Amino acid sequence: MRAVVIIFPGSNCDRDMLVALRKSGADVSTVWHKDAELPQNLDLVAIPGGFSFGDYLRCGAIAAQSPICRAVVEHANRGGYVLGVCNGFQVLTETGLIPGALMRNSGLKFLCKPIDLIVETQNSAFTSGYAQGSKIQVPIAHHDGNYFVTDSELTALRDEDRVAFRYTDNPNGSVHAIAGVLSCNRRVLGMMPHPERAMESQVGSTDGQALFRALVGQAMTP
Amino acid sequence: MKAIVTVMLKNGVLDPQGEAVKSALSVLGFSGVNGVRQGKVIELDIADGTDESQVNEMCSRLLVNSVIESYTLDIL
Repeated sequence: MRAVVIIFPGSNCDRDMLVALRKSGADVSTVWHKDAELPQNLDLVAIPGGFSFGDYLRCGAIAAQSPICRAVVEHANRGGYVLGVCNGFQVLTETGLIPGALMRNSGLKFLCKPIDLIVETQNSAFTSGYAQGSKIQVPIAHHDGNYFVTDSELTALRDEDRVAFRYTDNPNGSVHAIAGVLSCNRRVLGMMPHPERAMESQVGSTDGQALFRALVGQAMTP
Repeated sequence: MKAIVTVMLKNGVLDPQGEAVKSALSVLGFSGVNGVRQGKVIELDIADGTDESQVNEMCSRLLVNSVIESYTLDIL
């Protein structure tokens, strides 16, 4: 499985993402935001966490207009896999690949702590390694993770089984306690928690491993 | 010429920052503040003769996220 991690000015989880993918068996490299093209025969684009362009204007808004993001949208429209974590999720909503928007946390504070998630659907390359309804522990680290969608969009997300993860104890005020959302074709996932920070028991949790293993495994099948 | 874009959260979208400002005003003893909404103003210094539709396109493509925000435009 061929993967790239995109680096924007202000990305700070790119190395963690790279290591998580490499450890899970992916052939992974990095791509700079000014590049206009992605490598050939690419399976997965990972958009890491951080503070791209200093969160100016809106989180992810400037990154979403960068040359590489046009290529990412084309990759997604061809059916390629895209994983956006934290700031990467914000970038995905700003590109329109994932519906909704991420607003300031309802408690206004930056939150950095391990939290519990419920796996809401097994039906995706990202979540097939978890048992349906299982509880996993993954860290969050964000100021703007308060997911908003309109009522009609929320109904569509639920009817189409596109809510990937929900918080057990909604820390940021997200609609329906949503922590991760899939695209219509289920090949694009945006999530606020950091599975790439839950890969080693020394840092508290290994619950992120199943996401990367399942993703790398599935993308290798034709 | 100048274009002033005023961006606000749409009605019905909870504004936690506005709520915090409202409660701080109340702590300071200002009564009768029924609601606070916080937005932002973007001032564009644009070439004379720039068409308003071009500024609207700037708003829809970058300056404003129509999922959660609405805006008003004043050309001076």
